[in-house]
Amino acid sequence: MPLVLCRVDDRLIHGQVVIGWGRPLGARRILLVDDDVAGNTWEQDLYRMAVPDGVELVFSDVAGAAAHLAGWQAESVRSILLTGRVETVARLFAADPVALHRINLGGVHHRPGRTERLPYLYLTDDEYRTLTTLESEGADVTAQDVPSATPVGLKALR
Amino acid sequence: MSEGLHGVVVCHGTVAAALIEATEQISGLRGHLVAVSNAGCDRDSLEARIDEAVGAGPAVVFVDMASGSCLIATLRRLREREGVSVVTGVNLAMLVDFVFHLSLPPAEAADHAAASGGKAIKLP
Repeated sequence: MPLVLCRVDDRLIHGQVVIGWGRPLGARRILLVDDDVAGNTWEQDLYRMAVPDGVELVFSDVAGAAAHLAGWQAESVRSILLTGRVETVARLFAADPVALHRINLGGVHHRPGRTERLPYLYLTDDEYRTLTTLESEGADVTAQDVPSATPVGLKALR
Repeated sequence: MSEGLHGVVVCHGTVAAALIEATEQISGLRGHLVAVSNAGCDRDSLEARIDEAVGAGPAVVFVDMASGSCLIATLRRLREREGVSVVTGVNLAMLVDFVFHLSLPPAEAADHAAASGGKAIKLP
């Protein structure tokens, strides 16, 4: 089974991901793609605490993840790919548009320059343009914080 | 003797504010606990909220879950801070105990509160 969820969420591993999505999707592995976390073993230990028994947690930098996407997609382990940045998901999509063809915007929070698109989703104009570019190149991009919510398409986030 | 000890309660949604309100109603002691919600925060902004609530310390930080964004933000920001202790699994009994032990050093107050919170969990 390939990647069952590719999610942009700047809190990275937290309840919505592990419980909200992980349980119904039957995910057995979380791929956390973040250059900072990949280089920080102390922070990795923190994130391991947040993952339930039986779920493998893999840390990768962006370049390493881009190189492994096809392999993860081909493996039998049901996996959630998680990153905190729109820029990262764009780099991953460029590396493997098939594996990353469906992109979930799960939580991008307020920072200067970002405007509210949904209560859990703030984007700069550049981030929004990046996502529309991905969509024009074949990605299916929707915002959805939890599985019970209705997915919201990019046009509604303008 | 630990002067100025206060508690910071870091939880999802509005849980912290509700716990503090109930603690103050039960104990009659007000102004010793500060609520922090993760609502609308990314990691950096949640860390900033926690940092502001802890201030110069000393403090005990009570976190709702033993994993997740609230604990990660707390530990990322406070792991090297002296005079700050962290307790997870916050409950009402824990906070009520804490506000009656503000004269203890943070680590002892945290131990005491955690023990009381644990004793409150029963299967009657």
